[in-house]
Amino acid sequence: MDEVFSFVFLMLASTLRVATPLVLCAMGGLFSEKGGIVDVGLEGKMLMAAFFAAATASVTGSAWAGVAAAVLAAEALALLHGLACITYRGNQVVSGVAINIVAAGLTIVLGAAWFARGGQTPPLVGDERLLPLFLPGAGDNVLVYAALLSVPVTWWIIARTRFGLRLRAVGEMPLAVDAAGLSVAWLRYRAVLLCGLLAGLAGAYLSIGQNAGFSRDMTAGQGFIALAAIIFGKWRPWPAFGACLVFGLLDAIAIRLQGVRLPGVGEVPVQLVQAMPYLLAMFLLAGFIGRAVAPRAAGVPYVKEH
Amino acid sequence: MRPAYGPLPAWAEITLLPLINIVLAFLVVGAIVAVIGVDPLHALRLLVVGALGSPESIGYTLYYATNFAFTGLAVAVAFHAGLFNIGGEGQAYIGGLGCGLAILALGRWLPAGLMIPVGIAAAALFGAAWAAVPGWLQAWRGSHVVITTIMFNFLASALMVYLMVNVLIAPGSMTPQSRGFEPSGQLPALPGSPLNLSIALAVGCCFAVWVFLWRTPWGYALRTMGHNPEAAVYAGTNLRRMTMLAMGLSGALAGFVGVNELMGVHHRIVLDFPAGYGFAGIAVALMGRNHPLGIALAALLFGALQQGGAELAFEIPSITREMVVVIQGLIILFSGALVHLPRPWLQFLLARRA
Repeated sequence: MDEVFSFVFLMLASTLRVATPLVLCAMGGLFSEKGGIVDVGLEGKMLMAAFFAAATASVTGSAWAGVAAAVLAAEALALLHGLACITYRGNQVVSGVAINIVAAGLTIVLGAAWFARGGQTPPLVGDERLLPLFLPGAGDNVLVYAALLSVPVTWWIIARTRFGLRLRAVGEMPLAVDAAGLSVAWLRYRAVLLCGLLAGLAGAYLSIGQNAGFSRDMTAGQGFIALAAIIFGKWRPWPAFGACLVFGLLDAIAIRLQGVRLPGVGEVPVQLVQAMPYLLAMFLLAGFIGRAVAPRAAGVPYVKEH
Repeated sequence: MRPAYGPLPAWAEITLLPLINIVLAFLVVGAIVAVIGVDPLHALRLLVVGALGSPESIGYTLYYATNFAFTGLAVAVAFHAGLFNIGGEGQAYIGGLGCGLAILALGRWLPAGLMIPVGIAAAALFGAAWAAVPGWLQAWRGSHVVITTIMFNFLASALMVYLMVNVLIAPGSMTPQSRGFEPSGQLPALPGSPLNLSIALAVGCCFAVWVFLWRTPWGYALRTMGHNPEAAVYAGTNLRRMTMLAMGLSGALAGFVGVNELMGVHHRIVLDFPAGYGFAGIAVALMGRNHPLGIALAALLFGALQQGGAELAFEIPSITREMVVVIQGLIILFSGALVHLPRPWLQFLLARRA
């Protein structure tokens, strides 16, 4: 009995550990997409944040300075995205792709130039990392709780506040918001900045919470998995959170299944389990499991009429 | 808010605006190089010499340009149909798998004169099939290709890792790569250089894409769909079939990266050979303004950047090869997402002169 209990606890802890950056990223992406700005650049924001978190923590010796730097780095990219998509009405997907590519290159270029370790930051020790708060073995640092908290807060802001109402309106029909005398651009900028904040925390978690330092391409597609979670959650916070947990659990299972033979099935390919989030999102998008409908004005730049 | 963007004079639209966008991208790159502590002009000189300074480096530049031409054309064909194919990376990967499988299966029996066309056809077929699934999902199930092609990149990567590690790995090999291709499955190359016959295929593709898009009824229908789907429907175009055609062609073009890399250079199936060419194709297409001639020129520039960047990283230890990736990203940013940035100023300047 004890063994079962500890197994469940370990799986739960490892699911949460893997799901934390997904949850933070997905909540960030929700704000952006609810406001009508498609964000395929979550991955790049998270990667840039992870790099600056580890670099700053390593230089200053403070994990909190690292978190601050991570948020600033992600916000800088979020502002860039906003500038391109809101002010200059560029293509939102192109902007997101550009941010991903710039982040993938720049983190390695700067890392190699500053630390001369082939793109990695020096390993972080002691206070340079976010340490577990209550349960030493479980890796429950402050950002894990921040992620858990981000879900009800996101739900409350989007569903129950005036800002949330306007945000949803600006993602569905910006013309109506404009006619009501509100600034479409300012609402969307706030959405994009909230997204940057949360993606920044996700990046900080990766490099100074879950791991002890930055390594190249350490986000490894998690920004896109978060995007898949948003789709899977049909652009609602709680279902998206559920999707992140499922994807986290899949990852925890994938690690457990490595080299294990299941009776009757044989060895389950780890790659198949890793590909599951994408496959599931694909099935959902294709309408085989219910229907996922994006905010109507997502991806469409708003041009004010005169 | 500023008024809607009016058009510039045509000559400014196709020459001045792209040029300014590129210059802006390079100014930012220069700033990054300066932050690292290297003189940007010195770096630029090393880059140009590294790309074009010797016959050997020109060979490498052209070999890289071949890949960029394929992926740039792939993005452009889809773009003309109003589709944004971000899946070039995965389509290139699966295209390579296709030509690799064909050669591993048939290389022993077919002579080069047959094996090479079959390998090329297999690459096109597999790349097209991998792109056709997102195409089908959009045409029949209404899910957007932008998201599905991104997901298909990850699926391609997972599939290839699985196949290389578990199925195709050469017996006794420590690294996940297949056994070598027979000589009949290897493209003729310049001695001591990766430059191979694929560049002729790339030139042919540029020409064929131009003919297809601007000189055939299908190309006309495809571009009509990109401009105005409703008008295309009224003109009798089947949007679903046209979506499949556009995605299939796009995937086939991306799949040719596998021909250049595997049949041309590695002579076996290896992991991770698309190495970002699929994503860079977006930059190539944006810079080439989705025209085959522009794409050919942009591919040459990107090939030179790739080769020059490698030499630059070799000469200056504090700069890594990934600087090239940064440049690609910035070009996508400035000639794609921020394409309107210089427009109001240009309009102001040109209006005053007129």
